[in-house]
Amino acid sequence: MIRFDNVFKRYPGGHEALSAVSFHLPPGSLTFLTGHSGAGKSTLLKLIAAIEKPTRGTLLVDGRNFATLRRRHVPQVRRRMGIVFQDHHLLYDRSVYDNVALPLVIAGLQRRDIGRRVRAALDKVGLLHKERSMPITLSGGEQQRVDIARAVVHRPAILLADEPTGNLDPQLSHEIMRLFVQFNQVGVTVLIASHDVVLIKALGAPVLELAEGRIERRPDDDAGRQP
Amino acid sequence: MSRPRGRIRPARGTLKVHLAQHPRMLVFSLAKLAANPLASLMTVAVIGISIALPTAAYVLLQNARAASSGWDANARISLYLDAVGPKRAAELDAEARRQPGVASVVYLDPDAALAEFRSLSDFGDALDALGENPLPGVLVVQPEPDLQPAEVQALAEALQALEGVDLAQLDVEWVKRLHAILAIIGRSVTVLALLLALAVLLVVGNTIRLDILNRRDEIEVTKLIGASDAFIRRPFLYGGAWYGLLGGALALVLSGVALWLLSGPVADLASLYGSAFRLSLMDPALAGAVLGGSGLLGWVGSWLAVGRHLRRIEPR
Repeated sequence: MIRFDNVFKRYPGGHEALSAVSFHLPPGSLTFLTGHSGAGKSTLLKLIAAIEKPTRGTLLVDGRNFATLRRRHVPQVRRRMGIVFQDHHLLYDRSVYDNVALPLVIAGLQRRDIGRRVRAALDKVGLLHKERSMPITLSGGEQQRVDIARAVVHRPAILLADEPTGNLDPQLSHEIMRLFVQFNQVGVTVLIASHDVVLIKALGAPVLELAEGRIERRPDDDAGRQP
Repeated sequence: MSRPRGRIRPARGTLKVHLAQHPRMLVFSLAKLAANPLASLMTVAVIGISIALPTAAYVLLQNARAASSGWDANARISLYLDAVGPKRAAELDAEARRQPGVASVVYLDPDAALAEFRSLSDFGDALDALGENPLPGVLVVQPEPDLQPAEVQALAEALQALEGVDLAQLDVEWVKRLHAILAIIGRSVTVLALLLALAVLLVVGNTIRLDILNRRDEIEVTKLIGASDAFIRRPFLYGGAWYGLLGGALALVLSGVALWLLSGPVADLASLYGSAFRLSLMDPALAGAVLGGSGLLGWVGSWLAVGRHLRRIEPR
């Protein structure tokens, strides 16, 4: 599903964020991406989300080479992904419902179908009773769950998460991670950047570790390949 | 490749998607304007005043043209006679009537003219001092109304040639001058309208530019969710069109009030000239053109701003 083949990423100014990165995440896998700050986790996620382009190498996502992806095709490939942000980029001028509905509105779904799917997604993250609330009135953990509902409401093939539990207490973090495992169980390819070592160990999923832009440990090294 | 079942299929046909999204966006973008009423009102007011000026000027110009359009045909030819007796005057009257293109002739004999002048002016004593009547006899010739200006000119020359006619005066010079002045005013209104249309473009463009910068985060997020450029552009384009449309509506109200305020004095002036002329206000076609034009200006203004600024905002 996601295949890096000797990928380099150098930013303007010369900083090399990724060097000779090669790995493969099969469809339906759940993988953690770890490493210290500045190891290249964010860059790697940005490459998969088509925010940045590889400087060299081949990056295949869902059968498409992102190294040569045209600008006008970017929206199309992003619609097949769900992205969960650390600081949950919710839109504060509209309700929880409208936030979660956005990917479906973009896809041009009928109003009736949108309602059904938004409620299903909110139910999944346990926030169905908050659909009319404004995001600003929710707690940090609730906002993060709204963000997750928005990331999965259009049933993406790939789910990316950048430090989704970064600002949450252990109890909440665990609940959030359980959600990701549930999505993975229905076939979504999940990649989660996190440095919460304890949580990762507890879930026992394969780990992709970066250090100074290079791969320190790849998922294949793990004994139990699939969770 | 195993994929979760029931993943989204976009609604069939791009057109259908667009049709479903447009009305929602239309309402949404209006709600956006209403969310920030003071700033929106300022923009609308600037646009409204900018459009009201040329609109009112145009309506006034149309009125001036309508009022003066009949004056060409009404040009009369005054024949000032030499000091001929009443008999020759009567002959000239008959000769003038025989000319082709003459509708009617009225003879003002010197005594009648003097009596009228005496009663209407304070020169009674001065006239007595003159001893004799200084006024010549006048034949006022009214040409046929469908005569062309050149034909009227030719008629005046023919009448001038009659024995006993001192001067045939064709009173159209001032009408020609008036039309030339109206043409200058018309051109000025066009130039003014073009300049103010440019101002509206810039005002809307700048407002939309600020709007884009204010909603930078939102644009980044929607791009990350997979929104196409067209999808992101749409609310801004509609916003611009709303600004233009509301500004146009305000312009209609403003120019309507201005014209209404003028209509009283204009009617007074017209009755002083013995005319039943009344200021005609905005006609529906012009009102529609103003609304449509200003909406289009708003759309184009925001389109210019969006094209330049939206591309620069990419998720980081």
